[in-house]
Amino acid sequence: MKSLILDNTMRLLVWLMLAFSLFLLWRGHNDPGGGFVGGLVASIAFALLGIGRGPEAVRSALRIDPRTLAGVGIALALVAGIWGSLLGTSFLKGHWISVGGLPLGTPLLFDIGVYLVVIGAVLTVVLALEEDT
Amino acid sequence: MALPLALLVGLLFGVAAYLMLGRNFVRYLFGLVCLGTAANLLLFVAGGLTPAEPAIIPEGMSVPDEVVANALPQALILTAIVISFALLAFALVLAVRAYRDLGTVDTDLMRAAEPPAGEGNPEAET
Amino acid sequence: MLIALVGFVLCAMRVGTVTGEDALTVARPWVPFLGVDFAFRLDGLSMVFALLVTGAGFFVALYAQAYFKGHPDRGRFFLFFGMFMVAMLGLVLADDLLLMFVFWELTTASSFMLIGFSHDLEKARASARQALLVTGAGGLALLAGVVLLGNAAGTWRISEIIASGDLIRQHEHYIPILVLVFAGAFTKSAQFPFHFWLPNAMAAPTPVSAYLHSATMVKGGIYLLARLHPTLAGTPEWAWTLTVVGAITAVWGAVLSVRATDLKVALAWTTVMALGTLTLFLGSEAQIGLAAAITFLLVHALYKCALFLVVGNLDHEAGTREVGLLGGLRRAMPWTAASAFVAALSMSGFPPFLGFLGKELKYEGALAVASEPWLAAGAAVLANALMVAMAGVLAIRPFFGPKGATPREAHEAPFPMLAGPLAMGALGLALGLMPPIVGAGLIAPAVQAMVPESVDLTFAMFHGITAPLLLSVLTVTLGVIAYRLRDKLRRVIDAFVGALPITGDGSYRRVVGWIADGAEGLTRILQTGRLRTYLASSFAVIAATLAYVLLRNGLPPLDLDASGVPFHKWGVVALIAAGVVTVLLAKTRLVAVCALGLVGAGVALIFVLYGAPDVAITQLMVDILVVAILGLVLPRLPRYEAADGTKRRFRLVDATIATAFGLVMATLLLGVASVGVDREITAFYEANSVPGALGRNIVNVILVDFRAFDTMGEVVVLAVAGLAAWALLARPKEDEA
Repeated sequence: MKSLILDNTMRLLVWLMLAFSLFLLWRGHNDPGGGFVGGLVASIAFALLGIGRGPEAVRSALRIDPRTLAGVGIALALVAGIWGSLLGTSFLKGHWISVGGLPLGTPLLFDIGVYLVVIGAVLTVVLALEEDT
Repeated sequence: MALPLALLVGLLFGVAAYLMLGRNFVRYLFGLVCLGTAANLLLFVAGGLTPAEPAIIPEGMSVPDEVVANALPQALILTAIVISFALLAFALVLAVRAYRDLGTVDTDLMRAAEPPAGEGNPEAET
Repeated sequence: MLIALVGFVLCAMRVGTVTGEDALTVARPWVPFLGVDFAFRLDGLSMVFALLVTGAGFFVALYAQAYFKGHPDRGRFFLFFGMFMVAMLGLVLADDLLLMFVFWELTTASSFMLIGFSHDLEKARASARQALLVTGAGGLALLAGVVLLGNAAGTWRISEIIASGDLIRQHEHYIPILVLVFAGAFTKSAQFPFHFWLPNAMAAPTPVSAYLHSATMVKGGIYLLARLHPTLAGTPEWAWTLTVVGAITAVWGAVLSVRATDLKVALAWTTVMALGTLTLFLGSEAQIGLAAAITFLLVHALYKCALFLVVGNLDHEAGTREVGLLGGLRRAMPWTAASAFVAALSMSGFPPFLGFLGKELKYEGALAVASEPWLAAGAAVLANALMVAMAGVLAIRPFFGPKGATPREAHEAPFPMLAGPLAMGALGLALGLMPPIVGAGLIAPAVQAMVPESVDLTFAMFHGITAPLLLSVLTVTLGVIAYRLRDKLRRVIDAFVGALPITGDGSYRRVVGWIADGAEGLTRILQTGRLRTYLASSFAVIAATLAYVLLRNGLPPLDLDASGVPFHKWGVVALIAAGVVTVLLAKTRLVAVCALGLVGAGVALIFVLYGAPDVAITQLMVDILVVAILGLVLPRLPRYEAADGTKRRFRLVDATIATAFGLVMATLLLGVASVGVDREITAFYEANSVPGALGRNIVNVILVDFRAFDTMGEVVVLAVAGLAAWALLARPKEDEA
């Protein structure tokens, strides 16, 4: 399935979907979206890449193993939780800071963790299936 | 709208049960998908059907200015969708692996954990 | 061993000081909210038992040092032996019902280990299991009895329960308590019909038999009965049960002891007889009867322990315990012979041994048994006569007469193995020579612990020509005759026992067999190993239960009005329904997968229509991924037709269950939807979303803030599912056939 048009279209599509997934992640707190949906969209993008160009392409695009990605995601979510504990409030209590007018908070960090876990877990399965002979 | 949706949920549950009762593991997996969908829809309808605005608070306000859709079951369902997807993905891979090792997708023949009477059951005698 | 000695000395120092009110008491709270304390109390009754436990423990431990010399598992033996001794001591000293029960069970557990000590022998394992099952079952009954008793008395403190005897006797639960306590005591003390485990337990090494099955564990049940005597005794139920059961056990044990040719088994049966006698006397309320029980308890422990150790010596040095093979050993083993002889004299109750004292008291007590004096006396005489015969078998046969064909050339046992039998034999003689001291120091306080009134007992060797003395003469005469005719007697009893339709041992095997078969059958029925069966029963039960609840509580008025539903919504529902039906009927997997995709998309549409954009997008994305993964998986699985072998009959059943399930769920949902929903929690989230969590998308705020802990768990599940799937595929096949 080698076709220049498909190849380039796919590249464009994958980048668009990844950008869209980040957009969904970012706006999730105030509008429809969030870590789950964003992660799913990104996973679909990578799965598409895998179907079109094979698992190696996905691995080189990801650069790190999806299992590591899932682990990092859980770690981020934990950090977001412990942040609240360290500040003397309960585990996972949200805390916000404003960086140049941009509201950043532990719920966002948590959502990024969710985003990464979804991508990591889904791609672990997809890649395992694709690489399975 | 409750009536048609309730009927639909009943149909989904019934089909899920029938598919899962068959001996073919692939059909079982399709049944599992239906079961998950049925459960999600059940939660959604039970949480109150309001053809209302999404549960989003307009900018600059601190509470919704009108009746919005019930956010609680939505959060539950969102979680449930992702979890049942994870379960399904695992079950699918399990099916692949089981077929490779056992050479069948007939659940009646998958007896490694509980062999039929008289086969490899040394404990029964003592 | 040292512990035993120290314990013995400590207890002995207190002899005479623990009469009546002066009991030593120690208590520490243990489980305060249940009112259970670590409470111990040493009174006259506990004293007798504690002396037995520590004293016999010391000599048996000494003996075992030599017996197990060079044995690889010596350490294990002493571990369990010590554990048992501590448990037994705790049992007789505990002043808290539940604490006592804990020790009771500990003795059961440690005796299991000790009986099964030679675990490479099948017989030892079976015997240990039997003892555990029988006494363990009794223990369960006792637990129930103890709890009932504690509830009836309103306290766990034994000393307080003892004081409230009238309350208990009139309590509505008196009979259940009695039955349950009896079940515990009778199993532990090998009373008919639970007597069979004790002779089987002779598979244990000799020190174990000598200690557990003569002096201590089997006396646990006796202790229990004696301990609760003030609380429970004094009713016809108590007196009759104990008299009858005790009498049967005593006579039956004595009869079967004559039959045994293995000396150790013979001793076990005489122990059963002795335990029966003790039970018999505990049935009475007369002081003399209780005094007889306590005295005989002491006598029996001394001579029986000594005789067990003697048999152990014979076994150890001559290599056999078969009575037919032993003979003429008195020259080779003079000290063993001497101690056997002394113990046997005490056993058969010749003056001036303690045994005589015990026997006289027994007859006196038997005549005082209120319910049926002649039954008690007759049983006692019969049993004692056979006892005399057995004493002869034990002390005369192996040591006199022509030399037997022993497997090993016999020689005398080392000193530690002689110390016990000799000391206990001598003690039997010494105590017999000073009846008043024994009476005042040990027996009277023990009796006083059972009957609250002041004790008035005289202990003497000779009371003049009385009924008990005449009975004694009769006993010895009968015993000598029985000894002379023992072979003939054995044949008669053999024939008699052989003709019995049921035996305790046989019934035990049958019951255990039933349980095993029943468990296997039940497992086969419940766990067919067919996924179909499990699921069918699950679905059917869910449907039936829900239907029952719905019908029982009555349905709310259902909102059946669908007239206002706009056309496009009907369309969506119809679309999904068509998809579902297609999945059901699809002949190929491709069609089914496409239909599943359609269903998912349709459901997402419903979410959009009812204000749930987040859910809708997620549903859609998951739908796409499911189809993608199915696309990856299905080529690796066989086609539909290959394995669709459900029989027509089953399909009908499946369809019925599935239809019922679907109908019930639809009705349930309709009912719920018609009632309306309580939005209290939602209202909280709506009110706090912006002020508390700075987020306007309430659904997302719930996920990442309000209920973030749930989400945390979910992402972990997700990651684990991914890893597990990867592991399933990545792991190389282990058993490549």
